[in-house]
Amino acid sequence: MTVLRTSLASAVFLLAGGAALAAATDGFQAFTTETARRVAVRRSPVELPAVALESQSGARFTLADLRGKWLLVDFIYTRCPTFCAVLGGDFAQLERQLAGPIAQGRVQLLSISFDPTRDPPAQLAAYLGRFRSRDQGWQAARPLTADGLQSVTAEFGITVIPDRLGGYTHNAAIHLVDPEGRLVDIFDLGDVDRIRETVLRSLGR
Amino acid sequence: MTAQMLVQLPLLVAAGWLLFHAMPARVLARVDRWNHCGIAGLVLATVVSIFWMLPRSLDAATSHPLMAAAKYLSVPLLIGLPFAVSWPRMGFVVRGVFLVEFVATFFRLGWLYLISPIRLCNNYALNDQQRLGGYMLAIGGGLLVWLMAKLLWGRFESPSNTDLTPAPVPQQ
Repeated sequence: MTVLRTSLASAVFLLAGGAALAAATDGFQAFTTETARRVAVRRSPVELPAVALESQSGARFTLADLRGKWLLVDFIYTRCPTFCAVLGGDFAQLERQLAGPIAQGRVQLLSISFDPTRDPPAQLAAYLGRFRSRDQGWQAARPLTADGLQSVTAEFGITVIPDRLGGYTHNAAIHLVDPEGRLVDIFDLGDVDRIRETVLRSLGR
Repeated sequence: MTAQMLVQLPLLVAAGWLLFHAMPARVLARVDRWNHCGIAGLVLATVVSIFWMLPRSLDAATSHPLMAAAKYLSVPLLIGLPFAVSWPRMGFVVRGVFLVEFVATFFRLGWLYLISPIRLCNNYALNDQQRLGGYMLAIGGGLLVWLMAKLLWGRFESPSNTDLTPAPVPQQ
């Protein structure tokens, strides 16, 4: 009887454990937080907050003002020596490759700084200048309030941790926001071709 | 990351192990009827360990207080305690399989952390992940040496109860 009961208990633990693991990994798709947030936004798009921003030219606007366009959004700090440079390179390519829709006002690129105190408009303009951005379809901006910064990073799912060298470690990705202002997809950095195809396909719909 | 995985989690398991010594004998005797050779307890501890090995779970335990509470409760109660209850019941083969798999897990995870070019947890930096990988390989290596030494020169006492003898066939 002990053997039978043990088998029964083990089977229950295995089944319950399997179910818990399946639930905890979105059906064995997402083992890391980064994958999980991508799976989650594809399943149910995230409504974004109307955070007040200040652009590289000092213009003030909110995320809600950009509705009606497809937005590509990344998160940076301008002193960043690593990921943000790659993200900037990707955005420079996308700005060229999507020049048509950008000129028609249907697509916009937006880099949001998560280090607003050290990224005033002049720094943001210098960051864009480093990538020879033509400054029409690609804007860099910083949140105007600490609350705004907190809510925009939370809604996009950006985790920023200060390193000991005065910089930050952060998850780097390119986010697609639809004309209703909802976060609908998240891409790896460097995935320029797929991003371009996705945007063009979305525009064609 | 290193502190969470190599200090905090082992301490939580140890807390569960200590709890075992505070359990009344009556309860342990009842549990024994469901825990032949310690198998059920080992399965429970293993399944819960797998959950807390997911990078996502550790990330969430760092970001969300509810997940942190779940970790502080489940690691002692569902890993440390059942394992402590089951270890004395396990036979030579079960212990051997567990220990080899335990060592292998250190090597597998350590290697993954060391070579992964991407961060597995959004809350931790890449150099932390790589340092943890190095430590885990070292610990896995140390455990392996200990296991080999034990196999070559160690003494093995059989488990304290009669679990290695076949269960008596009930009379019709």
